[in-house]
Amino acid sequence: MHIVVCTKHTPDSEAKMSVNEAGNVSWGESPLIINPWDEYAVEEALLLRDKHGGKITVISVGPEEALEALKHAIAMGCDEAVRVWDESCAGSDTLATSYVLAKTIDKMGDVDLVLLGKSAIDAETWQVGAAVAKRLSVPSLMYVIKIAGLDPDEKTITVERLLEEGRQVVSASLPAVVGTTKGINEPRYTSFIGIRKAAKMEYPLWSLSDVGAEADKVGAAGSAVRWPEVSAPPVREGEAEIIEADTVEGAAAVLVDKLLAEKVI
Amino acid sequence: MDFSLTPEHEMTRQMVREFAEREVAPIIKEYDRAHKINLDALSRMAELGILGICIPARYGGAGMDYICLGLACEELERVDTSLRVVMSVHVGLSSLGLLQWGTEEQKQRWLIPQARGERYAAYALTEPGAGSDVAAIVATARRDGDVYVINGEKMWISLATVAHDFLVFARTDTRADSPHRGISAFVVEREMAGVTTGDIHGKLGVRAGSTGWISLADVVVPVENRLGEEGAGFKIAMSCLDNGRYTVAAGATGLIRACLEASVEYAQERHTFGREIGQHQLIQQMIARMARDYEIARLLWLRAGWLKNQGKRNTRETSLAKWFATEASFAAASDAVQIHGAYGYSDEYDVERYLRNAKGACIYEGTSQIHELIQAGYALGYRKDRPLPCELPPYEE
Amino acid sequence: MSNDIFVWVEQFKGQAAGASWEAIGAARQLADELGGSVTACLFGGEGVEPLAQEAISYGADKVLLAEDATLADFRVEPYAALLAKVVRDAGPATVLIGATFRGRELGPTLAVELDTGCIADCTALELQDGQLVATRPIYAGKLLCKCVIPERRPQIVTIRVRAFPKLEPDAARSGEVARMEPVLAEDDIAVKVTGFKEVEGGVSLTDAGIIVSGGRGVGGPEGYEPVRELAQVLGAALGASRAAVDAGWIPYEHQVGQTGKTVSPDLYIAAGISGAIQHQAGMRTSRVIVAINKDPEAPIFKLAHYGIVGDLFKVVPALTAALKAKLG
Repeated sequence: MHIVVCTKHTPDSEAKMSVNEAGNVSWGESPLIINPWDEYAVEEALLLRDKHGGKITVISVGPEEALEALKHAIAMGCDEAVRVWDESCAGSDTLATSYVLAKTIDKMGDVDLVLLGKSAIDAETWQVGAAVAKRLSVPSLMYVIKIAGLDPDEKTITVERLLEEGRQVVSASLPAVVGTTKGINEPRYTSFIGIRKAAKMEYPLWSLSDVGAEADKVGAAGSAVRWPEVSAPPVREGEAEIIEADTVEGAAAVLVDKLLAEKVI
Repeated sequence: MDFSLTPEHEMTRQMVREFAEREVAPIIKEYDRAHKINLDALSRMAELGILGICIPARYGGAGMDYICLGLACEELERVDTSLRVVMSVHVGLSSLGLLQWGTEEQKQRWLIPQARGERYAAYALTEPGAGSDVAAIVATARRDGDVYVINGEKMWISLATVAHDFLVFARTDTRADSPHRGISAFVVEREMAGVTTGDIHGKLGVRAGSTGWISLADVVVPVENRLGEEGAGFKIAMSCLDNGRYTVAAGATGLIRACLEASVEYAQERHTFGREIGQHQLIQQMIARMARDYEIARLLWLRAGWLKNQGKRNTRETSLAKWFATEASFAAASDAVQIHGAYGYSDEYDVERYLRNAKGACIYEGTSQIHELIQAGYALGYRKDRPLPCELPPYEE
Repeated sequence: MSNDIFVWVEQFKGQAAGASWEAIGAARQLADELGGSVTACLFGGEGVEPLAQEAISYGADKVLLAEDATLADFRVEPYAALLAKVVRDAGPATVLIGATFRGRELGPTLAVELDTGCIADCTALELQDGQLVATRPIYAGKLLCKCVIPERRPQIVTIRVRAFPKLEPDAARSGEVARMEPVLAEDDIAVKVTGFKEVEGGVSLTDAGIIVSGGRGVGGPEGYEPVRELAQVLGAALGASRAAVDAGWIPYEHQVGQTGKTVSPDLYIAAGISGAIQHQAGMRTSRVIVAINKDPEAPIFKLAHYGIVGDLFKVVPALTAALKAKLG
């Protein structure tokens, strides 16, 4: 099997985010890490490879910082890595990003399954997976909490995906794009062997022409969405009204009255 | 001069940090309160290859360098000292002792299982009557044909009730002209008849660790189990301490960082007199010192690690790093408690545990006083390093 | 391109998702400002028709209804294909979709089909010089981002569940209902739904008006009992912080937070939850937040509107009792 995992780098979720007057977002000294949701995708790929054999290629569309994500995925056990980038890719929305990813996957030719995390913790759009599936004209299987079955010879896959009301059980043909959610597995740590491999590896950089991407479909030029303003949310004035009383029962009674006044119960 | 860490170093640090944060940090308080060692954490460290992190691959280890050992210790102790103590006695004092002094057969027999984490190792030097004064140990190992018969009692031994292999130091020559000369080193296995162990309770700190005593009653040990030459025991013990102390230094650096992180977070949250306490100068002073000491401690142990990677003697540098880092970690922890005020005095927060843990490191692996004397000895020229018959192998990729 | 707004109405087993009525409410407001109409797109299997009238009562002027076996279960391919067709035919400027699981898959798929943009999970919508500006949180809500789709049409926006009010339903409202046929035949659809597993009973977390959550302070699976009882008395959904889920005390489906569900109920009660930023990201837009924690310094108290400092095992049962007494 050839499994492709799409990944990106993000600031650490603990990072203190700030935005300056020019609208530039920064996260201080916080390190860049592999998007935590992608770790589930990498782990699922590793489990499938262990079971069915084959290889895993991890790809990322991004500037040099994207190497952090690729290195982590290799250190977890992926076989190969590819980075795609051109300066003109900056400012990409889902439309443009999914275009480059789809072109890259197409270029590889023999892909059986594409895995990615359901969202990235920075922009949190949850959109790239579905968009990539649509561009590749393959089944889109998003919010997958379990891959219940996969037959590489029959080229079928059965998954359980999350919906509000429960889990929908879905079958589809391969190749397909699967967006993994938390709970699908427990991502392994990087291993020392993996770390040494990741540190020594050469990471090929593909250009737009390498993947056959047209310049007017990437970056800001190929994007439909613009984000002209980024700001810090308004600081909530004041703190909680702490309810105190002589007894716990007393405090509870006061709280109930307050909630009734707020019309929330 | 390149001060940067390699990608291997960064990724190793990250991996160990994640393990400690995810699997140990949420539950460590429970174990500390119960005065109980977390054996699950120990077996996980074994599984992940951390117990053999700097042992060459051909001896079952992960084949990373000595800096990675130090980074692992920093990250482990940042969560709890008990985790780093495991590294100190298993890797630092025991496995690296085998790597440095063992014959090929001994390395095959004991180093490989230790590196793989299949057997845990402990270091049995200290006795009820002999701590700083190593030469005063009274345990004996009487030669009898192909075996030695060992008798004695060791105390304050980390992992005493948990370890499988013990590096035991005992007197083979009770009539040597100098008490330093009559000591030899042996690998004693728990399974051998006459070996009993027990826990010591009531420690001020490292409560989530195991500290105990070992009683050796006519333990028969084959000649093949003797590490190095007869009479070389003191030299071996000291060189093992060069590696143990290194892990203590790195670990204490992690502890300073933990104190700093906790103090900064608290200083930004807690408000007094109308502003966050980080704005008060006397709090700032304490934090500035922690930040300063963290940087110093880090550079000192990194330098010692670099020397080990090069295969260069580092007794002085490692002793300096251990002495500085441990004393600084105790001061940092004390200030951290102070910054937290009353909350620092309660075990709801971690800082009181840091303080209790930090004190131990000022005592074991050479008390601060011993290190002060060592450093004075080097500075005054009274102390010179003589080459050893065996050196710690440099790091080879 | 007209000033009309299309809204996708989501339904499951003949019940509409609250988010869809909220989307119609938001569409109604925009349409009134722009002078356009609101068209609801309602797809499903047999028996979905009654929802068309409901959609009109909630503010739609017109309903495009498709009832077909191929549409009985949500699958993004047939839904996106049909929605794209009706959008191409009518040419609305804007398509609003509730940011549910289904909605967030449908939005980007439709966007690629129509080669346009989709703005995800926005919490505010406004018109600036006739241009729609959508505000959405990023980095777990630490920052807010204003987004626009300046050129391409239609502009597709998924709106965060419970971030927009639905209108009071007016049964007297009338509107047009037109029937549509699906675009894709069953054989053309590569994905087959073979089953469904309900999640362990109770109110759906993202739809719930009241949520009671327990965190690390709960101490273990048994510790949830008082929290469950309180939830029951309030008719609330049960939530959890990441700490409790990671410890295995409660399944992941209940997790609220950045790596769990984002919720915006009218009332959120956090018991034994410290309120780390990752949890806050999932519930900070709740209308009223109550915190119960024995640590007065817990960050949750900065976010909460009301708080009681105390042992949750004493406070929560007292609250349950007080509610029973007051509400009967």
